[in-house]
Amino acid sequence: MGKIKLLQGNEACAEGAVYAGCTFFAGYPITPSTEVAEFMSKRLPQINGAFMQMEDEIGAMAAVIGASLAGSKALTATSGPGFSLKQENMGFAMLTEVPCVILNVMRGGPSTGVPTGPGQSDIMQCKWGTHGDHPVICLTPAYVQEIFTETVRAFNLSEKYRTPVILAFDEIVGHMRERIEIPDPGVLPVISRTKPTCPPSEYLPYDDTKGDVPPMANFFEGYRYHVTGLNHGPDGFPVNASPRIHTDEQRLMRKVEANRADIIKFEETLMDDAEVAIFAYGVSGRSAKTAVEAARKEGIKAGLFRPLTMWPFPDEQVSKIASRVKAIVVPELSLGQIILEVERCAKGRCKVEGIFRVDGDPINPAQILAKVKEVK
Amino acid sequence: MAFNYDQYIRGGKLPHIWCPGCTYGIVFKSLLRAVDTMKIARDDVALVSGIGCASRLPGYVDFNTLHTTHGRALAFATGIKMAKPDKRVIVVSGDGDATAIGGNHFIHACRRNIDITLLVFNNYIYGMTGGQYSPTTPSGKIAATMPYGNIDPSFNIPELAKGAGASFVARGTAYHAAGLDKLIIEAMQHKGLSVVEIMNACPTTYGRRNKFKSPTDMLLWMKDTFIPVVAFDKLGPEKTAGKLPMGVLYKKEGLPEYCETYYGMVERLKKQKEGRA
Repeated sequence: MGKIKLLQGNEACAEGAVYAGCTFFAGYPITPSTEVAEFMSKRLPQINGAFMQMEDEIGAMAAVIGASLAGSKALTATSGPGFSLKQENMGFAMLTEVPCVILNVMRGGPSTGVPTGPGQSDIMQCKWGTHGDHPVICLTPAYVQEIFTETVRAFNLSEKYRTPVILAFDEIVGHMRERIEIPDPGVLPVISRTKPTCPPSEYLPYDDTKGDVPPMANFFEGYRYHVTGLNHGPDGFPVNASPRIHTDEQRLMRKVEANRADIIKFEETLMDDAEVAIFAYGVSGRSAKTAVEAARKEGIKAGLFRPLTMWPFPDEQVSKIASRVKAIVVPELSLGQIILEVERCAKGRCKVEGIFRVDGDPINPAQILAKVKEVK
Repeated sequence: MAFNYDQYIRGGKLPHIWCPGCTYGIVFKSLLRAVDTMKIARDDVALVSGIGCASRLPGYVDFNTLHTTHGRALAFATGIKMAKPDKRVIVVSGDGDATAIGGNHFIHACRRNIDITLLVFNNYIYGMTGGQYSPTTPSGKIAATMPYGNIDPSFNIPELAKGAGASFVARGTAYHAAGLDKLIIEAMQHKGLSVVEIMNACPTTYGRRNKFKSPTDMLLWMKDTFIPVVAFDKLGPEKTAGKLPMGVLYKKEGLPEYCETYYGMVERLKKQKEGRA
């Protein structure tokens, strides 16, 4: 039995990071994610870790990448406007394959929007925010306990696949307090990057001949290599020649695409005999679970598919659902973003109906139940 | 015996990208001589850069090297230094990289007084993109985006660094290369954020537009314009009109260094915890 605590979602994220071995945090104050920084500013000095409040969001993302290259597991936390500012350096970490975790506590947007209200309208930005083709892993927990475990998983995936991982949850989940159990060390797996075992003279940091995730040397450990945001060859030095750029970018995408089974996680509630499925995540997923229970009491065969991994998108799972239900209902705190992915996978085999809301309030179970009745 | 640069240069990575007449090669060699004098193990150095011509320098050197995004080198370097405070972190940057897009990181690194050595290669221009004016382009000079002469007031980098809290500020030039070695060594010996502004020449995108007939003319301009700071101060304002001081312009010892302060706090917490137990 681990430690029982009453924690806010944001605090659970910070605790999960520490459990996963995070020893570096850099951030910038922004609502509604600041509690993560506040928690880390207290916690990290206690464990010989480094906390930095940087001069801006861009600098915070940069410091996180620098710290990771120097061997630390590193986290930053932000929200809408800050997430926009971090995008360039996130792309740098994707191309240079530097593990790190970026939390986006989603609020209403665009621009300053509704800083204190929940949103789910950055979900496409999580996928496409930085320029160029790039691999993305994005996890979307909905409960405080889940935030803890998914943060640990975010670090694990980041280290395992040498790529940034985005955690995205909404303001309500970030600020909600729930009872959680923090497991004893060793209960949840903790993964660290694979280091090279070859002599430094033979080390190629971006070697694509022995698998899609080359071992990563930390700075100052004898493997002096070059890291650049330019497209690069196996040795890390810039190339601007075909076909290396093409094949290397394909490898970056393959790191995620070929490992969907390992990365994709979801929860299904009463989906076995469901005639109407609800696809929902975050706070909307919580409302949807209540709506499913209410529908079942009225004899309506409703079920819930709740993704914990949003990117890569659970194509196969949604496709199978679409082939056996009458309709999929997609409640989201946006004007219709993730529904586009559901429609893409459904390929017209069932109705796909959205419930969209961006007024700073969550979608309540009654709204979802009404939509389920309408489409059944 | 001639200095052996090969021991620091990565095999097969030369020739460099810099144009004929560019002075970055001179500064590059000065940096290597300075590091050699300091006898720092290559494994213990991280050399970090942003974007621009100067930012391509780390790739040629056999250290832990990091070529980052435009303007952000100091922020990446800050993360490295805080994660590994016992290691040596050097940043090379240009005038645009350090004081335009990276201006915020520049002033805040100075304010924190974190133990990083920052070399700003100032050539008064954005060279890599073809000669657009930068925050240091002198008044009236011609640039690709100031075809009628520069109307933007310019930064004085050492004054900016000093004002922002840097505890070591120096200025050297590519012409005065031997003196530059000493400035870089002294900057590295200094505990805290040290800034060395290094005047450089971009004949290709700045000199040609501004009546420098050859790269040599630009070096001669440096020879005539930059005066050792002690002499500069003695001469007084009338005799130094149009001239600039070089050397160590500002140095303050004993100011708290950021990593030491932070990890001092960590130690204090540890002792408090042990005291309670």
